[in-house]
Amino acid sequence: MSTWTVRRAALTGHALFWPIVALVALVVANTIYRPGFLAVEMKDGHLYGSLVDILRLSAPLILVALGMTLVIATGGIDLSVGSMCAISGAVACLYISKQPDQNAVGGVLVSLVLGVGLALVLGAWNGALVAVIGIQPIIATLILMVAGRGLAQLITEGQIITINSDPYKAIGVGHLLTLPLSIFIAAAVTLLIMLVTRRTALGLIIESVGGNAEASRLAGIRSGRIMFLIYVISAGCAAIAGFMITANVSSADGNAAGQWIELDAILAVVIGGTSLAGGRFSLGGTILGALLIQTLTTTVYAMNISPQTSLLFKAIVVIIVCLIQAPAFRARIAPRRPAGPAAPAVADQPKEQVPA
Amino acid sequence: MTTTTPSQISGRPWWRIPQRHVPVLATGALLLVMYAVGVSQYRAFSNVQVIFNVFIDNGFMLVVAVGMTFVILTGGIDLSVGSVVAMTAMVCASLLQAGVPAPLVLVIALLIGPTLGFLMGAVIHFFEIQPFIVTLAGMFFARGMCTLISKSSIPITDPFWTDAAQQRIGDPKGNFVSISVLIAFAVVVVAAYVLAYTRLGRNTYAIGGNPQSALLMGLPVAKTRIAVYTISGLCAAIGGILLSFYTLSGAPLIAVGMELDVIAAVVIGGTVLTGGSGYVFGTVLGVLVLGVIQTLITFDGSLNSWWTKIVIGGLLFAFILLQRLIGIRKK
Repeated sequence: MSTWTVRRAALTGHALFWPIVALVALVVANTIYRPGFLAVEMKDGHLYGSLVDILRLSAPLILVALGMTLVIATGGIDLSVGSMCAISGAVACLYISKQPDQNAVGGVLVSLVLGVGLALVLGAWNGALVAVIGIQPIIATLILMVAGRGLAQLITEGQIITINSDPYKAIGVGHLLTLPLSIFIAAAVTLLIMLVTRRTALGLIIESVGGNAEASRLAGIRSGRIMFLIYVISAGCAAIAGFMITANVSSADGNAAGQWIELDAILAVVIGGTSLAGGRFSLGGTILGALLIQTLTTTVYAMNISPQTSLLFKAIVVIIVCLIQAPAFRARIAPRRPAGPAAPAVADQPKEQVPA
Repeated sequence: MTTTTPSQISGRPWWRIPQRHVPVLATGALLLVMYAVGVSQYRAFSNVQVIFNVFIDNGFMLVVAVGMTFVILTGGIDLSVGSVVAMTAMVCASLLQAGVPAPLVLVIALLIGPTLGFLMGAVIHFFEIQPFIVTLAGMFFARGMCTLISKSSIPITDPFWTDAAQQRIGDPKGNFVSISVLIAFAVVVVAAYVLAYTRLGRNTYAIGGNPQSALLMGLPVAKTRIAVYTISGLCAAIGGILLSFYTLSGAPLIAVGMELDVIAAVVIGGTVLTGGSGYVFGTVLGVLVLGVIQTLITFDGSLNSWWTKIVIGGLLFAFILLQRLIGIRKK
C-alpha cells in the first residue's frame, strides 16, 4: 500500500471522521438550499445568523450530553436528565415568580442555587441507587424519569410559570462580547470538565471503572464513589441546561421542558464515538455530535418539514452511526481487510441521507 | 405490602413460597390492598363496572405489556412500542379514510409492527448493537412516520371500527366489557401458553438466564431473540388497533411515553429486568396496579394527574428494591 492509502485509512478510521463529514455535508446542503445560511451580520452590537443560532440552541444539549458522556463512560446511562431539566427550571422560575422584584440579581442567584441544589440531590439519589444498591442504571434512572416529570408538574402545579426577569432571561438569550451568553456558559462547563478529566487522573479512572468496575475496585479505585459522583455531575449539567431552556422562553413548563433531551443527548454521545458499553469517552466527539443534531434539527425546520418528522431523520442517523461503529458490522462489510476499505462502503449512506 | 391472602399461599407456610413467586405475590397483595382502600374510601368503587372499566381503559396497554414481557425476559428492552402503537393507529385511520376495506386494513396494520420488530431484532442480534439504542431508533422512526402520515388526528368513521368500539358484552345487570378486553385476554392466554409450554417460551427464559449457556446448549439464540422483538412488534400492532377502537381516531402524538408505563408495569409485575424470570400473569397484575392507581386518583378528585407519575415512580423503586433484596437478580 502506498503511504497515501495508509494515511487515508488512518483518516477515515478516525472516530470523528464521519461525524465531521456529516456536519460539513449538512452545512453545505443548507448553504445550497439557502445561500444566506453562512452569513453572519452585526446588529446592535450582537452577531446574528443561522450559525450563531445553531450554537446558541445547541448549548443546553451540549451541557446535558457532556454529563451523559461521563455517565456512559462508566458503563451507565442517565435517562432522568430531561426530567431534571424540567425540575431545576421549574424550581428556579417558581422562586423568581415569588420575588417582589423579579429583576433583582440576588433573587435570581438564589433561585439558581436552589435549582442546582435540588438537581444535585436528585443526582445523588440516582447515584445511590446505581452505586450503593446496585440497580441497573437504565432502570434506576427510569424511576426519576417517570416520577421527575410528576415532580416538575407538582412544583409548577400543572401550570406554566411565566416570569419577567431580565437577569434570568439573560442565561438563555443574553449576549456577551457580541455572542450569546449561553455559548460562553456551555464553553466554560466544557472547559472545566475537560480540565478535570483530562488534566487529572479522573478521566482515566472513569474509563477504568467503565471498563471493569470490579477490577478497578481491586486495583484500588473506589468504583462506587466514582459512579456516584458521575451521576451527581450529570444532574448538575442537566440543571444548568434546564435554566437555559426555561430562560429561553421565560417560562417553566413541567411537562414540555427538556422533553426528549435525554434521547438527543445519548444520540450525541454515541455519534461522538463514545461506546455505550463504557470504558472510553470523547468529550470533543460529544460536542460535535450535539452540534450535528442541532444542525439537523435546524435544517429540518428551515426546510419547512414538521418538527416531529425530524425524528425520522434522527432515526436514520442513529442507525447509520451505530452500524458504522459496530465491530460486527464492520467485520461483515470487510471481512479480511483492516479499517481502510470498510469505511467508504458505509460512508456513502450518510452523505445521501443528509440533504434529503 | 407483605400481607398475602390465604388463597395465594394455598395453605403453605409463607417461608415455603418459591422465591421466584415472591414479586408476583407482592404485586397481587398490593393490588388487593389498593382495591380494599378504594372500596373503603369511595362507595361507588365496589361496583363491578369499576373493575371492568380498568380493563376497558387499559386493554391496549395490557397487550403491549405482554409483548414487552417477552423482550424483557430475554434481558432486552423495547423502547419503540409506544410509537409503534401510535403508528399502527395512524395507518389504520389514514387507510380507512382513503376507503380501503376494513379487513385489508387490519392485515396491513398487523404486518407493520412485526416487520419493524423483526428488523430491529435482526440488527440487535447480528450487529451486536444494544437493544436500547436500536429500539430508540425504531421509536424515532415510528414517531416520525406518524407525522409523515398526517400532522393532525384523523377520525375513524368506518362501520366495522365503530361497531367494534361500541359493542358491549356484558351481563343482564348492565356491567359490560368491550371487544378490546376480550382480545386482550386472548392475547394474554396465548402468550402465557407460549411462555410456559412451548419450545419458544423455554428458549426465551433460557436466553434471559444466560445467553452464552443457551448458545452452548445448542438453543436457537438468533431465532429466539429476533422472535421476541417480532412478538413485541406484533403486540404493539394489536395494541395500536385496540387503541384505534378505543379512541376511534389516529393521532400522531398519542401514546407518547407509553413505553415507560409499559416497562413500569412489567417490572411491577415482577419480571426481572436482567431477564430469565417473570410471568405474563405478573404483567397483567402490573397493568392492573397502574390502572387502579389511575382510577383511585380519578375517584379522589382532589389529587392531580401528576401524582400518578410520582406514585408509579415510587412503586417502581419499591419493586426494584424488592427484586434486589430477594436476590434473584443475576450478578
